[in-house]
Amino acid sequence: MKKFDVISSRASRIDSPDKATGKAVFVDDICMPGMLFGALLQSPHAHAKIISIDTSKAEKLNGVKAVITSKEAGNIKYGVSPARYDETIFAIDKVRYVGDEIAAVAAVSLDIAQQAVRLIQVEYELLPAVFTVEDAMKEGAPQLHENFAGNLSAEVHQEFGNVEEGLKQSDIVKTTMMKSKRQDGAFIEMQGCIAEYDNRNILTLTSSTQVPHYVQRTIAMVLGLDIGKVRVKKPYVGAGFGIKAAANPMELACCVLAMQTKKPVKMNYTREQVFMYGRARHQFSHKITTGAKKDGTIMALKHECYLDGGAYTSFGIATVYYTGSLLGGPYKLKNMSYDGYRVYNNKPACGAQRGHGAVIARACFEQQLDMIAEEIGMDPLTLRIKNMMNTGDTTCNDLNMSSFGMSECIEAVRKGSGWDKKKGNLPKGKGIGMACGFFVSGAGYPIYRSDTFHGTVIVKLTEDGGTALVYTASAEIGQGSDTAFAMIAAETLGIPLENVRLASGDTDMGVDLGAYSSRQTLMTGHATKEAAEHAKQQVLEVIANQLDIPVQNIDVKKGFIEFADPVPDFSNLRTRYIKEHRGWTDNPDFEKLTFKEASRIAFLEKGSIVGTGKYKPHSLGGKFKGAAVGTSPAYGCSAQVAEVTVDMETGQVSIDHITDAHDCGKAINMTSVEGQMEGSVSMGIGEAMHEEVIFDDKGCVLNNDLAEYKMVTSMDMPTVNAIVVESDEPNGPYGAKEVGEGAIMPTIPAILNAIYDAAGVRMFELPLTPERVYHAIQAYKEKLSA
Amino acid sequence: MKRIISVSINNEIHELAVEPNKTLADLLRYDLGLTGTKKGCDTGDCGACTVILNGDAVNSCLVLAVQTDGATVETIEGLSNGDGLHPIQAAFVEHGAIQCGFCSPGMIMSAKNILDKHQNPSDQEIRQGISGNLCRCTGYQKIFKAISSQCSDTNPGNNYGGLHEKI
Repeated sequence: MKKFDVISSRASRIDSPDKATGKAVFVDDICMPGMLFGALLQSPHAHAKIISIDTSKAEKLNGVKAVITSKEAGNIKYGVSPARYDETIFAIDKVRYVGDEIAAVAAVSLDIAQQAVRLIQVEYELLPAVFTVEDAMKEGAPQLHENFAGNLSAEVHQEFGNVEEGLKQSDIVKTTMMKSKRQDGAFIEMQGCIAEYDNRNILTLTSSTQVPHYVQRTIAMVLGLDIGKVRVKKPYVGAGFGIKAAANPMELACCVLAMQTKKPVKMNYTREQVFMYGRARHQFSHKITTGAKKDGTIMALKHECYLDGGAYTSFGIATVYYTGSLLGGPYKLKNMSYDGYRVYNNKPACGAQRGHGAVIARACFEQQLDMIAEEIGMDPLTLRIKNMMNTGDTTCNDLNMSSFGMSECIEAVRKGSGWDKKKGNLPKGKGIGMACGFFVSGAGYPIYRSDTFHGTVIVKLTEDGGTALVYTASAEIGQGSDTAFAMIAAETLGIPLENVRLASGDTDMGVDLGAYSSRQTLMTGHATKEAAEHAKQQVLEVIANQLDIPVQNIDVKKGFIEFADPVPDFSNLRTRYIKEHRGWTDNPDFEKLTFKEASRIAFLEKGSIVGTGKYKPHSLGGKFKGAAVGTSPAYGCSAQVAEVTVDMETGQVSIDHITDAHDCGKAINMTSVEGQMEGSVSMGIGEAMHEEVIFDDKGCVLNNDLAEYKMVTSMDMPTVNAIVVESDEPNGPYGAKEVGEGAIMPTIPAILNAIYDAAGVRMFELPLTPERVYHAIQAYKEKLSA
Repeated sequence: MKRIISVSINNEIHELAVEPNKTLADLLRYDLGLTGTKKGCDTGDCGACTVILNGDAVNSCLVLAVQTDGATVETIEGLSNGDGLHPIQAAFVEHGAIQCGFCSPGMIMSAKNILDKHQNPSDQEIRQGISGNLCRCTGYQKIFKAISSQCSDTNPGNNYGGLHEKI
């Protein structure tokens, strides 16, 4: 196996000392001279016509600098996918959910801005509202959007192979339902932004975003600006999980306010507004039928799903496709059908969240695999291994597994959890369960149709030599991407990590589609590697030329130039370097020529040494409608084992331990990979056990704070044994692929299968509140005694 | 009307005129530029604004600035003393206990408070000590390890490993 000097280590993250000391700057930490504060007026009604808006009182309030509505902000529609642009910055004719934006104010203080918002008078005509999929699809239900009859925001119908035939050939057929609840991202940093508009009409937005590139494009499109005059950058971001992966109305309103006032304007969501804006995981209702032979061969999968979408599409059109396309794998399966429906209603829009679209479908399907295994008397691990895809296999919907350590993951959790000893031997109330999953390592195509590179990177060597500056527009949001790219650059250049400096998250640095679909390590990593190779090659060519040796005889390792034997006499180069640094105390006296000397000599010959790199995936996927969604240059995969205790009297479930194995290709940073796995598990546990955004009958979020929205705390979190399984991904830089989202896939079904093992009950609705589990246990006991 | 308070923040006495409705979090962040203290909710739920007030970890968004008259406040900025990182900060860095970093200052202040009060906290004491600090990124595993690494490894109630635990 190839030895690496920098990657594949446990290097400390380059951003963590600043984060540990409070020096890392997040958007609300920034203050600018003359800065104004913005506030939003949001609808108190779930569905209403706007008859009139009177801003005159607000405008007169002392300290108010601008009041804007759709009159100032315009009516250009935007959204995530051009296929479903259905939002405007401010509501024009009507509001569609509690929180829909109507107006914004900029003032000299936040207090005054908020007072002014209260002075804006809006006359509404209330409209009947719908809050559920069922109500929204009823005949005669109130319509949210004119062009979408039946409140159907998107539908998908796909069949691969012949599902009816596959079911006919099956000996066992299982049909079950699975219903989840709407999630919240619950990142700790609320969205915030600062917009500036300078005297040359350049608009700069500094924002807590995962996707500077898409935000830049949206701003330019919606405000009708030349994209060259719009710059979007992100400081440190307090996580996003998908919710910050699109332009939000506050960012756009903030830009309009800055353009109106010609002053910097800062705006923040309160925690209540984070819940109001939503855009996290949809509520899913699945009905899945799986057929299998007596020997355990999976024959067919029939899948129907309804997504509770909320008032706008957001990522929803991608979500409804992902829900279907990412289900069949990681198993060999010839026959699969999917009917998906995403439905509008008068709640905040749902969007993308870690494991986009695929998490609840997997919770349903992986339970069925256990049901089938039980019926044929096969160990659940054996059943999965029997059906498992291998490296090089392609799913029936044309997703190619170019590397696939799934069976290794299963063996790792079998061993790591002591499965063979525990399964079937635990006392009543204790259970063990497992599940598998896989996920894209970057979406195969951009969100808008384009031939664009998905990432470009610049590596510039400092003119004095020795330090590499990496410039990327990618988004470090906590996952560790800055460190991964600095490590890849150091490895490729052959220099120590401390000699690499990196700046990221700024659209001026190039194109990068950002932090979503677990794409950056593979895609931006490729571009970083290429840029570093390009820079290094330029240095090596100069040195080869100067020493009159073939360039292939030189390389760089650990900061030194390595020559193939015989080592040429480089004393002239050293003398030249030292002559330029008279009086300096750190002149090189090593036996070997340093990279610092070499890159200085290269600068003296060529000027600044700049390497550029780029990446876009090769053409991926099939030809059918929607074939692009789910494609990726590579797929990460994982297996998990959950061990639980169920109190048979109260229905209280506690999770005792999780064993998690994930194939991330080559681990660039082992500690960061484990961190993503452990974080994924905690989010999966939250969704399984506690989390639910609850609404009243008027469409208001009832639990819009982090006390009543129950994310996992230090008291809830079980111990996790995170096992990194490495494979060599041919499409990844140094063989690397994703870990950020794939690792959440098996968590919920592993818990559900463990609960069945412990208590004999199958749960078909989340979260697993004691009440819900108690009722299931009672029904099970009654059935037993009947 | 503003009130005059005198408060020791990171061993420096500050004489300040503050509005009676201003929180300690806002005073630190917006008046004194100590932006290491974060705000994730403003309602005392997330713990990102944790500081040590008279020896106890508190949510600074739930403390009025005027209440700190005569008090001693330690913030994240007071932890590293110029010789580099405080050992707890170094442990968080070394163990990979920081991802997005937004909860980290508050988490580290809570960790310091646990260790100020117990030399050898048990697993349970560590969990309880940071139970008011929400982290959405890490699943807490590496945070437990980082804090444990600062305890004696002789504590039998501590399973996360002690000083000599290898990461």
